[in-house]
Amino acid sequence: MGYVAIKGGGQAIAGADQVLEALRCAEGEAGESLALSAIENQLRYLHGRVLSEGGLYHPKLASLAIKQMQGDTLEAAFALRAYRSTRPRVPGPQLIDTRLMRVTRRISSSFKDIPGGQRLGATFDYALRLMRMELVDESPEAFKATAARFFKDIDIADIPDSFPKVLDNLREEGLLAPTPAGREQVAFDITREPLIFPVSRSAALATMARAETGSLLAIAYSNMRGYGDVHPTIAEVRVGYVPIMLPHPETGELIEAGEVLMTECEVVAMYEADEDDGGLPTFSLGYGACLGHNETKAISMAILDRSLQKGMKDGASNPSEDPEFVLLHVDGIESMGFANHYKMPHYVTFQSDMDRLRATQNKAPTQGDAS
Amino acid sequence: MSYNFAFLDEYAKKEVRRSILKAIAIPGYQVPYASREMPMGRGFGTGGLQLTLSLIGEGETLKVIDQGSDDSVNAVNLRHFIEKVCPGIHTTTHTTEADLIQSRHRIPEIPLREDQIIALQVPYPDALVVVESSEEKRKIMHGEADYSRLLVKLYEDIVKFDEITLSHRYPTRINGHYVIDPSPIPRWDVPKMHQSPALILLGAGREKKIYAVPPYTVAEPLAFEDVVFRVENFNDPATGQRRVCERCGADDSFLDEFIDAKSGEKVYQCSDSDYCDSRMAHAEGKPC
Repeated sequence: MGYVAIKGGGQAIAGADQVLEALRCAEGEAGESLALSAIENQLRYLHGRVLSEGGLYHPKLASLAIKQMQGDTLEAAFALRAYRSTRPRVPGPQLIDTRLMRVTRRISSSFKDIPGGQRLGATFDYALRLMRMELVDESPEAFKATAARFFKDIDIADIPDSFPKVLDNLREEGLLAPTPAGREQVAFDITREPLIFPVSRSAALATMARAETGSLLAIAYSNMRGYGDVHPTIAEVRVGYVPIMLPHPETGELIEAGEVLMTECEVVAMYEADEDDGGLPTFSLGYGACLGHNETKAISMAILDRSLQKGMKDGASNPSEDPEFVLLHVDGIESMGFANHYKMPHYVTFQSDMDRLRATQNKAPTQGDAS
Repeated sequence: MSYNFAFLDEYAKKEVRRSILKAIAIPGYQVPYASREMPMGRGFGTGGLQLTLSLIGEGETLKVIDQGSDDSVNAVNLRHFIEKVCPGIHTTTHTTEADLIQSRHRIPEIPLREDQIIALQVPYPDALVVVESSEEKRKIMHGEADYSRLLVKLYEDIVKFDEITLSHRYPTRINGHYVIDPSPIPRWDVPKMHQSPALILLGAGREKKIYAVPPYTVAEPLAFEDVVFRVENFNDPATGQRRVCERCGADDSFLDEFIDAKSGEKVYQCSDSDYCDSRMAHAEGKPC
């Protein structure tokens, strides 16, 4: 009898790769390889989600990851994240001012009218979730003509470059506390420093910004439903392109390196009286932002930012207020990796478990004795 | 697309090496580091892998094992990846030939030497996690060497089951202070850490910690004066005889247990495949 440990691992892996590839191309003659540009444009939300959870703004590689991983968001984000590990850090970008965002959509649920106006933009919010059967066999002509028709009657010059922020108004009116003095000026870099608790707010925000959407949503929802009491009002959600300024490698002068599509959300929560310095009570703020167009994620993050601030101040009274609970469990790459590692062999540890169980069983009184 | 030698960028490798030095300087202390994402799943050995990639250089010889076996799927996968991104290194399955050994769940049976390093893959770096879920609180407990709750857990086990039920990941005190989770090695392997001539490094990628048992350091599994630490028992309860590997005949190795498909009988073989193969090679002519 030969050695019966898991043999032939190399062959098995090569075989698995072939099956995966065969399934990707299973349409055969009738099929067509997905173009990366089609993924970026026609699967925008999937693409944005992978950019954001991968933590790397590289639209082309994000498309490739989606294609290669056959639409598995966790795997695609993972591939992007692993690619990131091979690249050294460039000098940190300057603080990004989202007032400069080229907005494609911005709304506020706290005021009927906001400076610059509500701009509904691209959203499924009020779309009827009815199947559009005409897309089943979409005519290429109709598809190609749609965008051109949309832009035909729009005067580009009429569109404002940027919009003021709703929060600025609230601050001016004294409804929101002024920017706290002594606030962190340099953001904590979660890609270069480990989280050591207690962590700063910027570390928490960075962790959530690349967290898995569903994980953030689930914990934020627990707070909304009753395991917490943030009771948020959305001051503003905005989506658009933000210029990224980087120092020129030679001169150090700030230059625009490009722009990134991102979603930002600010929620205003019920006020708390500041008993310590006897100041006037003000609304409190929660902030969420992520790469790509992903409002569910930005809103969830803003609510959790607010609940975590409360937890950091007064101690956690529910899971969504506990920084360790939230921040160590929302990363998709980590949680999915660990969930899947259970498929690996655990023969040695299981052997050890059996040894303990048998020893315990041998010592326990036999069942018949009792009755 | 071309990758840097050993995949990680140089700054990342430098950070890992600095963390290793700190871990050696404070035996058993979990050094936090900014663990990078590897192209294999978190939980598949990314912590051990980052140790390996940061340490290995051209001309050095690496052995990768999983559950004691060089040929297990994950060991093969890790070894292929390291070979691919580290041109100029050698790989081996022989424990004695390796400069560096990356392992999951086992320490080889053949005693390691001073010139060898073993990097263990760690899923849970903190032995206190079974009694305290908050990392912030655990850090304080470690600092104060406060392991009372862990000892109470062991005591409660004895009261309830008349046995300590911890099977693997057995809490082990290093150099008289920090208690470590020695990774899911069986209790069988824990005594190998005590006064080990080889440097033992432990890397937790997902949990972002590196810790070490430096060479010739005291490593004591937690136990009581009257209830001593015990390794797995491989004696046949019917005869009292120590079971042996049905392949190489070893009576001094950790055994895997399985059912022979033909005879339906329970059989035992060495978990450490290199140990078993080496013994077979020595005893030529023995049927395999």
